[in-house]
Amino acid sequence: MKASLAWIRQYVPDLNVGYKEFMDAMTLSGTKVEYYEQLDKNLEKIVVGQIEKIEKHPDADKLVVCQVNVGTETVQIVTGAPNIVIGESEGAKVPVVLDGGRVAGGHDGGPLPENGIKIKKGKLRGVESFGMMCSVEELGQSRDSYPLAPENGIYIFPEDTEVGADAIEVFGLHDAVYEFEITSNRVDCYSIIGIAREVAATFGLDFVPPHPAKTGNNEDISDYVSVEVADRDLCRRYMARGVKNIRIGPSPEWFQRLLAKNGHRPINNLVDITNFILDEYGQPMHAFDMDQIAGRKIIVKRAEDGDEFQTLDGKMHTLDHDVLMICDAEREIGLAGIMGGENSKVTDDVTKVLFECACFDGTNNRLASKRLGLRTDSSAKYEKGLDPNNCEEAVNRACELVELFGCGEVIGGVIDVKEELPAPKRIPFRPDWINAFLGTDIPEADMREYFRRLELEVDDETGEVIAPTFRQDLEAEADIAEEVARMYGYDNIPTTLPKGSSTMGGLPLNLRVQERLQDVAEYCGFSQSMTYSFESPKVYDKLRLPEDHPLRKAVVISNPLGEDFSIMRTLPVNGLLTSLGRNYNRRNKDVRLYELAKVYIPKALPLTELPDERVMMTLGFYGEGDFFDMKGVVEEMLVKVGMRKKMTCEPGTIPFLHPGRQADIFYEGDRIGYLGELHPETADAYEIGGRAYIAVLDTGKLMEHIDLGVTYEGLAMYPEISRDLSMLMDSKIRVGVIEEVIEKYAGPYLESYRLFDVYEGERLGEGKKSVAYNLVFRAKDRTLEDADVSVPIAKILEELEKLGIELRK
Amino acid sequence: MSLKEKLAQIQAEAIESMLSAADPDVLNDIRVRFLGKKGLLTEASKGMKDVPAEERPKMGQLVNDTKKAIEETLEKRKSALMAAVREKKMAAETIDVTMPGRKSAIGHRHPLTLATEEVERIFIGMGYEVIEGPEVEYDYYNFEALNIPPNHPAKDEQDTFYINPQILLRTQTSSCQVHAMERGKVPFKVVAPGRVFRSDEVDATHSPNFHQFEGMIVDKDITFSDLKGTLEQFAIELFGPDTKVKFRPHHFPFTEPSAEMDVSCFKCGGKGCRFCKGEGWIEILGCGMVHPKVLKMSGIDPDEYSGFALGVGLERIALLKYEIDDMRLLYENDIRFLKQF
Repeated sequence: MKASLAWIRQYVPDLNVGYKEFMDAMTLSGTKVEYYEQLDKNLEKIVVGQIEKIEKHPDADKLVVCQVNVGTETVQIVTGAPNIVIGESEGAKVPVVLDGGRVAGGHDGGPLPENGIKIKKGKLRGVESFGMMCSVEELGQSRDSYPLAPENGIYIFPEDTEVGADAIEVFGLHDAVYEFEITSNRVDCYSIIGIAREVAATFGLDFVPPHPAKTGNNEDISDYVSVEVADRDLCRRYMARGVKNIRIGPSPEWFQRLLAKNGHRPINNLVDITNFILDEYGQPMHAFDMDQIAGRKIIVKRAEDGDEFQTLDGKMHTLDHDVLMICDAEREIGLAGIMGGENSKVTDDVTKVLFECACFDGTNNRLASKRLGLRTDSSAKYEKGLDPNNCEEAVNRACELVELFGCGEVIGGVIDVKEELPAPKRIPFRPDWINAFLGTDIPEADMREYFRRLELEVDDETGEVIAPTFRQDLEAEADIAEEVARMYGYDNIPTTLPKGSSTMGGLPLNLRVQERLQDVAEYCGFSQSMTYSFESPKVYDKLRLPEDHPLRKAVVISNPLGEDFSIMRTLPVNGLLTSLGRNYNRRNKDVRLYELAKVYIPKALPLTELPDERVMMTLGFYGEGDFFDMKGVVEEMLVKVGMRKKMTCEPGTIPFLHPGRQADIFYEGDRIGYLGELHPETADAYEIGGRAYIAVLDTGKLMEHIDLGVTYEGLAMYPEISRDLSMLMDSKIRVGVIEEVIEKYAGPYLESYRLFDVYEGERLGEGKKSVAYNLVFRAKDRTLEDADVSVPIAKILEELEKLGIELRK
Repeated sequence: MSLKEKLAQIQAEAIESMLSAADPDVLNDIRVRFLGKKGLLTEASKGMKDVPAEERPKMGQLVNDTKKAIEETLEKRKSALMAAVREKKMAAETIDVTMPGRKSAIGHRHPLTLATEEVERIFIGMGYEVIEGPEVEYDYYNFEALNIPPNHPAKDEQDTFYINPQILLRTQTSSCQVHAMERGKVPFKVVAPGRVFRSDEVDATHSPNFHQFEGMIVDKDITFSDLKGTLEQFAIELFGPDTKVKFRPHHFPFTEPSAEMDVSCFKCGGKGCRFCKGEGWIEILGCGMVHPKVLKMSGIDPDEYSGFALGVGLERIALLKYEIDDMRLLYENDIRFLKQF
């Protein structure tokens, strides 16, 4: 919301503060200033001068030499402006920049230089010039603000302007335009009056809002037009007044200037007045050509599905039943609160105008405007949800201005079709509670003063604050406390720490486990990555998932930012693989990444309850290392979260992994994840050259097995017995089979075992391999005897032999 | 030559030759020659039998003294020679200490995680418990229970991703406030870091997938001044002891009064610089007293309890703290970027 200090001063006449001071004070009292544009920036030493004499320049046809009275002296100025003419311009009063002064820009109205343009005395074609007469463009302004300015030349002041006066003051440019960030609860502040009320309250100054005078002839508008509101749920109030004998013309200059500073291009008195009310009261109005209203009847009702309608900007729209329309006896003539129709727009030939000043439903207006893709100044106000009590003053103010500017004859009476209007709210006022809530000690008298400034009454009999209807945001005591707090100043409220019960801070177990997993990943050289939770369904093709794969059943976003972000991931690997591919393309060597990636598994589709969100510890690398490096990392991780039992791997069938180099990971019979080499086709799809490996652990599954407790076991006191077994077997048999046998038959004294050699070679014969294990036996309470070891070893060998695995001789 | 003279001669000879020995091997030869089983001293001791009985004790003592004198010299000379050998060996082993260290390539935490952990650490220290909430969430938790009824304009402002009319991707970790209150355990202090989603196109300062950090306390007699004190403490912990804070009124549907907190620019100390766009202040978080309606909707009696809540954008903290100029870097995972943290 824009507002210039000049406009605000219309209602806070005593306002006299610095530009920056104003910004800071308003921001701290709750009307945040985003930025401001200072209009007298780079305008220095500029006065009103009167041209006394004009002579030809001796050496230049296009230049003239002027003697200009600037109040204290008469100075010589050379100019080439086309509107300074010998025999015509003598006596004209013009803005003059004196020697050493500064203007904001050039006469072409181009972009303004940061520090403006310095004006110094000098010679123009040999004739001395002691300053410059200037145009509005050189003052950094446009002809929107100064419509009487000549199209190309020096600005001429009205004749009654005082010679020698500060020209910037005369121009009204000792001013700044502020852009306020209005929060959605303060609908009243989407108006200059609302902002001015806050200004007056912030600086403790008098607030003087307009009180529109009574207007209108002795006719009654109801004799001209009737109004029927068919859909009252979408229109709480419809007011209308009429003006006849319309005289279209320009608005007064001061009025145009206020509008222009606020970003409205002045058009004509009628349009300017509605734009003015839009900003002044925050109340949109629409002007209909009364002669175009068929049957002299306005009907406010929903459109029919499929209706076609042309707005006054010439665009066609297809309507639906939730769009509210203004209709006459025969047809639709306006999109309520959004834009009028081409068929009833006001033209220069208009003689009678109907001013509509209504209160349409904010939500309906917002949604309709969104569906139609048509957001206007008017709908931008309505969508906030306006106060129907505001309509009356606004429409009367418009009529007052019509009379003031002589742009027509206001017809007496007012049409007012309305539902029951909202009444002021009553909220308990307990000063002690407010102080307790804020942690302050503000005297009750001060609170009452704040309320007075904000136009909140206190009812002493009931002990209540009465909130006017324009303050829709005030509902309960906490709201009243905020009014006190912001007027008292947030910065003046003390700082304390909560005195209440002491509580135990900390991380929940699952997050602690995740932190440990992260630590291990990082010790093993993996860096943490983060990728989006949503992705494209095409990912499943890159990952080679069959059409009917259950993981293709994903949670789908109904309004995504395009297909690439349209489904919630069911697999954690796509983001990581994309990141690896990006690194590979950027020629980063040996990249190891991990991600704690959430997947979202729907329980049923379409979704009726929330999906299962599972955090997957996902690791991936390319470059140095192989499958067993990755497997080692997984093993380290499990140990670090207290999963000290044996993790087992079984060949897996995941489509995006190498069919011969992948495994499902089991712990106590539970599948907790998988790992493997990336399928070459998938690696190609992600543009990762060479072999890449990934591992995925379901942290939720880990939580079922973790044990962060530790029990110390005494250090070994008795010697170990170590045995090496070297075996010959079919190379297709996996060593896991041997380990199962060892674990099953090695007896109570087996302390550890370790695979230390695998060999395949011609010497062994085709399809054979030799595998060597070291077994360590030890007892806690005595030195083992040979039989303690030889008996189980014999049993192991016997069992292995049944599987075709022989001791190598 | 008398035995006495002989012993004196052996001692003199032994000491002289030991002192001139150049390495431990020669020294050992000398030891064997004089002190060995068949050494000169043993040989000489055989002359004891010719010594008169009354002189034997005296002469025996003399033999022992000679032996001791030789041994002492031997030990001294031995350690001197050993030290020299060690010195020589070490001199030969000199390495180039300026050569690079051999690193095990340890990985790096993501800057967003570092920022999260930092914020968590501060609040855990103040007794806050970390909680989590679902990212795919019911509209009720994300909006309605936070005093944002259906069709509230705030729902448009936040550009929500919907799954269906009841289920959405949470737009704010504030949904965790409701979960915390619904546990029914009052008083409590919780913080909830997490991932949130809004329909913003990707650019240097926006991401449709980002992270927030929510904090909430509910207890008896919690005041606005407690909110200010707690957050001031937080800012000082996060940005350093000279940090100043400023609270500005703001509006959030679920807090009343609401505020935004600015911190003095930690680059220029508040004088104004490029980093803070000349303001001297940097906007950090939104906060406020929990709206009584919000307490009530989740079953907490606002006449008995009050509380405050805060929400921080973690990307913003990470970008500010590490001076990262483009949010997209956080989700690219270029190892050259990640390695810097």
